[in-house]
Amino acid sequence: MPRDDGIGAAVRRKEDYRFITGQGTYTDDINRPGQVHAWFQRSPHAHAAIESIDTKAALAAPGVVAVFTGQDMTGVGGLPCGWLINSRDGKPMVEPPHMPLATDRVRHVGDQVAIVIAETKEQARDGAEKLAIKYRILPAISDTATALKPGAAQVWEQAPGNLCYDWEIGDKAGTDAAFAKAAHVTKLEIVNNRLIPNAMEPRAAIGDFDRATGEYTLYTTTQNPHVIRLLMGAFVLHIPEHKLRVVAPDVGGGFGSKIFHYAEEAVVTWAAGKVKRPIKWTAERSESFLTDAHGRDHVTTAELALDTAGKFLAMRVATTANMGAYLSTFATSVPTYLYATLLAGEYTTPVIYANVKAAFTNTAPVDAYRGAGRPEATFVVERLVDTAAAEMKIDPAELRRRNFVPADAFPYQTPVALQYDSGNYAATLDDALKAIDYAGFEARREAATKRGRMRGIGLSTYIEACGIAPSAVAGALGARAGLYESAEVRVHPTGSVTMFTGSHSHGQGHETTFAQIVAERLGVPLANVEVVHGDTNRIQFGMGTYGSRSLAVGGSALVKALDKVEAKAKKIAAHMLEASAADIEFKDGKFTVSGTDRSLEFGQVALQAYIPHNFPHADLEPGLNESAFYDPLNFTFPAGCHICEVEIDPETGVTQIVNFAASDDFGNIINPMIVEGQVHGGIGQGVGQALLEGCVYDGEGQLVTGSYMDYCMPRADDLPSFKVSTRSTPCPHNPLGVKGCGEAGAIAAPAAVMNAIMNALAPLGVKRVDMPATPQRVWQAIRAAG
Amino acid sequence: MPTVSLTINGKKVSREVEARTLLVQLLREHLSLTGTHVGCDTSQCGACVVHVNGRSAKSCTMLAVQAEGADVLTIEGLAKGEQLHPMQEAFREHHGLQCGFCTPGMIMSAVDLANRNKEPTERQVREWLEGNLCRCTGYHNIVKAVMAGARAMKG
Repeated sequence: MPRDDGIGAAVRRKEDYRFITGQGTYTDDINRPGQVHAWFQRSPHAHAAIESIDTKAALAAPGVVAVFTGQDMTGVGGLPCGWLINSRDGKPMVEPPHMPLATDRVRHVGDQVAIVIAETKEQARDGAEKLAIKYRILPAISDTATALKPGAAQVWEQAPGNLCYDWEIGDKAGTDAAFAKAAHVTKLEIVNNRLIPNAMEPRAAIGDFDRATGEYTLYTTTQNPHVIRLLMGAFVLHIPEHKLRVVAPDVGGGFGSKIFHYAEEAVVTWAAGKVKRPIKWTAERSESFLTDAHGRDHVTTAELALDTAGKFLAMRVATTANMGAYLSTFATSVPTYLYATLLAGEYTTPVIYANVKAAFTNTAPVDAYRGAGRPEATFVVERLVDTAAAEMKIDPAELRRRNFVPADAFPYQTPVALQYDSGNYAATLDDALKAIDYAGFEARREAATKRGRMRGIGLSTYIEACGIAPSAVAGALGARAGLYESAEVRVHPTGSVTMFTGSHSHGQGHETTFAQIVAERLGVPLANVEVVHGDTNRIQFGMGTYGSRSLAVGGSALVKALDKVEAKAKKIAAHMLEASAADIEFKDGKFTVSGTDRSLEFGQVALQAYIPHNFPHADLEPGLNESAFYDPLNFTFPAGCHICEVEIDPETGVTQIVNFAASDDFGNIINPMIVEGQVHGGIGQGVGQALLEGCVYDGEGQLVTGSYMDYCMPRADDLPSFKVSTRSTPCPHNPLGVKGCGEAGAIAAPAAVMNAIMNALAPLGVKRVDMPATPQRVWQAIRAAG
Repeated sequence: MPTVSLTINGKKVSREVEARTLLVQLLREHLSLTGTHVGCDTSQCGACVVHVNGRSAKSCTMLAVQAEGADVLTIEGLAKGEQLHPMQEAFREHHGLQCGFCTPGMIMSAVDLANRNKEPTERQVREWLEGNLCRCTGYHNIVKAVMAGARAMKG
């Protein structure tokens, strides 16, 4: 009988009890004995020289324990960038230093200048007000489109024209030749709006130094504690791993923004060693807006060449990507290898050329945010396809069908480096069309028109590359780290199991999903499995959670460790049953000698592993504790179709999403309830990008959208309920056959929403509406067209 | 420093606080009731929602001294011992939470809605939750959970 808590079951989450009873432990909930509090004094200017900092009055303020500036942090390194990109002329990218506290210059509003440490948070803040910092204001640039133009203010001396790199991929000559003979060319100017990730838990960090052992501990809101230990220990503070522990306890959402190594983590850890007391810092939301790495921010010209039958001949893309003032941890990989490699989409476009220029500006660093490059690619491809369909008067679903990579063509090599492993794009398209009743749309549009509403429908057939990545491939492309994952399975003497994963859960439900895999495989009750993550002193190693990689890479490491546990347990069982290990079968938690009724329960074998009275010790070690590392063979390629239906009120410009359907192929699924939740959340963020969210800096580099009063987050009454379904073509190269589901919604939804809006406004002749499609923008587009 | 005396989760509590201390700081920093969260500094996100005299309130928007004599209920006081409140059960059953950070505020807000409106419609739930931000769920399962929780509270 299949179990109701194993692989494929919608098990209710093990982690929920502590969250629904208020017993989660987030970083700000932790208080260390003797703890003091930090306030970071930040630049109010987008670009300025620091002429002087007088700390005397701050140091004399009540409760202040210490004040440190960039000048005090001698002997420390800068925050490193983890991915080297070479320009098309072969030169390496410009990689300016990023000191944890600014030394001579500030380069964006919110840049940290000093840390004030006091007995209470209020005293630290009061003390900071007494800092006398003299700035000489310099010209600033914040705008992506003009950052590389002559005359733009210069962010870094070593980056003339603000150019970080000028990178290309694909066949330029072949692409140009294909365009020259095209029957139809569709061209779009596209802005992929800058977003602020806004995990609900603000970033926080506690630095602690143990004088007795010389060990530092950092409690921090991160998605990848081992990566932070490596970056901060090796590059910034020069603390060896055995004297540095990084703990990521419960983390309240990440969406990419908590991957990166942030200055505050290094400064509180370093300062804890100086003041010999634990130091706690928690960002206020205003600081999150100013200093969390932002997302997206591309300006693109994109062209698609087609023949008379609507077959795609070539694609040509030129993108300027905003890096912000400093290169954040993975910033440089996002608009290159996570973006331009996805421009084939789900299609057989034979030649593609993309040129990406990365620009420094006086804004917060820009890095991976849910989807990271792939939403930008999907938006380019899917807007081009829908626009081409409208221009050539071909049904947008039909145009897609004519160009899909066929289901029997896998593995499929794209012209932009990736080899898709599996998929069935027509199947997810058909599912989504059916779910939204595509055939009935025209009748709904007519009914809406009679009510004075403009109704539109938009498709987005997306693909993403997840499960990052084979280390060899990533290394060849400039990654300065490997991208594997580790797992350890510790079977205790009484048969309960603790599983340690190097991935990290900050909402994804690993404590349940990973436990389901262990429970099913070892035949033990789900309640007897505990999943541990987020502590470098408990977990052997890990690369963390991002790029929808936890299950595809971390889950595969777990399977490898479970393989080893099973092999060892079989040896023990064979010894106990006086049989050969090759004759032992293991199923549903029972070890049986093939063809006999001689068997042992899993718990009996576990117990014997720790009571090895008569083990042949030369051949059989005591214990049942195995670990594994897994380096993936390829990316995984989740794909699917999202369809959005909107109604626009032409009098107000307000867009309402009236219907949203998604069909996704994530390969095999461990917990469908959790998968659906991931899709819902991704769509929510994707709709946010399309309709509501837009980060705005003014011409002087001041952040205009610096609070929830100004930055429009999706609220419950902005969104509909979603119709989501899945369909599986298993991933052929990892043991669970899984592809990852965390980013799909955020990747697919913006194009679906914008295609629906453009479809609704098409009768008026509207050609362009940029995201976010606020009522003001839509209203203006309607008025300009009319 | 002023002293504030109030009832929190059924227990009488008295503490010296600065005049500027917020109710949420009293809960989190003075009383270690860290289930109530702070997600913003403009009273928008609702992670800090508690009940004050039976009504939901954003505890970041009240000074601690304003709660003098009040009856405050936080997420830690919602379950009856080991027995979860029906709204807590509904959030777990319907996967109405992911990272858990907005959850205490969501649940406290939802309980107040259900106390006022025994059978809220989807639209009413969505409008009521306008003051509670969630970044993980797209609200889909939160809305389902709140409707189910309200039905369960009705009994």
